[in-house]
Amino acid sequence: MTRILLICSAALLLTACSGDWGWYVVDPTNPKGLINLKFMISGLKYTVLLSVTAIVISIVIGLLVALPGLSTNKWLRGFNRVYVELVRAVPILVMILWVYYGLPQLLGITITVFWAGVIALALSDSAFEAEIFRAGIQSIDKGQYEASHTVALGYMDTMRFIILPQAIKRILPALGNQLVYMLKMSSLVSVIGMQELTRKANELVVTEYRPLEIYTVLLLEYLLLILVVSAGVRWLERRWETDSLNK
Amino acid sequence: MAQIPKSQIDNQQIIQMRSVSKFFGTFQALNEVSIDVSLGERVVVCGPSGSGKSTLIRCINQLEVHNSGTITIDGHQLDGKKNSLQVIHDNVGMVFQQFNLFPHLTVLENLTLGPVRSRNLSKSQATELAMQYLERVRIPEQAEKYPTQLSGGQQQRVAIARSLCMEPKIMLFDEPTSALDPEMINEVLDVMVELAESGMTMICVTHEMGFARRVADTMVFMDHGEIVELSETKKFFEAPDSKRCQEFLQQILPH
Ligand SMILES: Nc1ncnc2c1ncn2[C@@H]1O[C@H](COP(=O)(O)OP(=O)(O)O)[C@@H](O)[C@H]1O
Ligand SMILES: [Mg+2]
Repeated sequence: MTRILLICSAALLLTACSGDWGWYVVDPTNPKGLINLKFMISGLKYTVLLSVTAIVISIVIGLLVALPGLSTNKWLRGFNRVYVELVRAVPILVMILWVYYGLPQLLGITITVFWAGVIALALSDSAFEAEIFRAGIQSIDKGQYEASHTVALGYMDTMRFIILPQAIKRILPALGNQLVYMLKMSSLVSVIGMQELTRKANELVVTEYRPLEIYTVLLLEYLLLILVVSAGVRWLERRWETDSLNK
Repeated sequence: MAQIPKSQIDNQQIIQMRSVSKFFGTFQALNEVSIDVSLGERVVVCGPSGSGKSTLIRCINQLEVHNSGTITIDGHQLDGKKNSLQVIHDNVGMVFQQFNLFPHLTVLENLTLGPVRSRNLSKSQATELAMQYLERVRIPEQAEKYPTQLSGGQQQRVAIARSLCMEPKIMLFDEPTSALDPEMINEVLDVMVELAESGMTMICVTHEMGFARRVADTMVFMDHGEIVELSETKKFFEAPDSKRCQEFLQQILPH
């Protein structure tokens, strides 16, 4: 992966010499470029904060929606289906606009750009998290519930101590994917003025008129961020794997 | 567990099943089954595959809820509600063919989780109890390992110890040695014999007839969801009443 990155950046730098490029706007060796670059990178904090907050909330909602989906009660299962189908059908951008402009009017409250973004992203993603949790929990052997019954654990304890720890380990790769997806989708929150990576790039393009270079940097920012996150998730998986084998 | 005097055994019925039927859809897995088990009695259940042996003992601890008839445990009638669960949890332990240990927990954690969460023991009390039962099943040295690191025989002994940590009055065994390699069967049976000798009330589904002869007070033969033969062990092996039972014994006993 790092090799591909190096080749890509080398290729970009080479074509940069061919004339149409104006790397000076983001060249860290000249003062103006450095300021621009810092301006762009300053959005990173919000991209990460937004995505991480949203994913945590969406995991919690996802779990709360998944559990009724596994019930023997058909109304609870129905709630799960309706929630998943409805939420999945709404485009994320529409969800963001609706939460930011619509929801405050509906509830008579004010809502910050950050929280509107978090809520919209978390809601959108929660339907997918619910499906992931449902599949993960369903993959756990029925014998685990029966054994749990024989040591007198109730539903909550069974979930907390027996089922979820095993299910989460299995769905970790899928949860990692959702985090990556969230980091990418957070760029959409720029439309309501969230000062994250994409918004910063857009603002710079307006003042500098060098979309090619600025968006290329933006692209590399996401690429790097996501490579780092993916590596982190894989590391975590490996650690859990060896934990349960070698302890 | 102290030895229970014989006189007490005779008059205290800890399990009463009366005309219990269980349906899966339209298929009748149990057909009007009745059986009484006294405190301290050892019952061995055998019969062909699919005859309803598992369903019988799973109804006793309500892993399956029976459709008709009554099941009474220690004087409490089971009705599928919350109180029934409490009665089960207080009285009945179970050991499965597939062990069903919790793979993400250590042996010790497998044993202490129930006592800590549902019997309100402190961590150290539970650990002490767990070590005591691990000694009894002869694997105290495996306490910190994970189930997958143990042999099948060791895993099943952990499963037995896990149930014993709940200090039940009744232990149910559903073919506890069927999933084991032959050389590991005896280490599990030895533990079960000791348990039987300590006075535990047991219902074992098993085809280990040597074990049955040794510990069973009562033998049950099931076929097609019915109890076909229910008799005292000696009679069961020497002169069973039913033809089907005779045939079955001929098939599984060495000639
Ligand atoms: N959960 C279930 N759903 C449908 N049929 C079942 C279920 N459990 C058991 N059965 C059926 O009930 C019959 C008795 O099963 P079981 O009690 O497991 O027999 P045994 O333990 O004697 O082999 C079998 O024919 C089996 O297919
Ligand atoms: Mg069976």
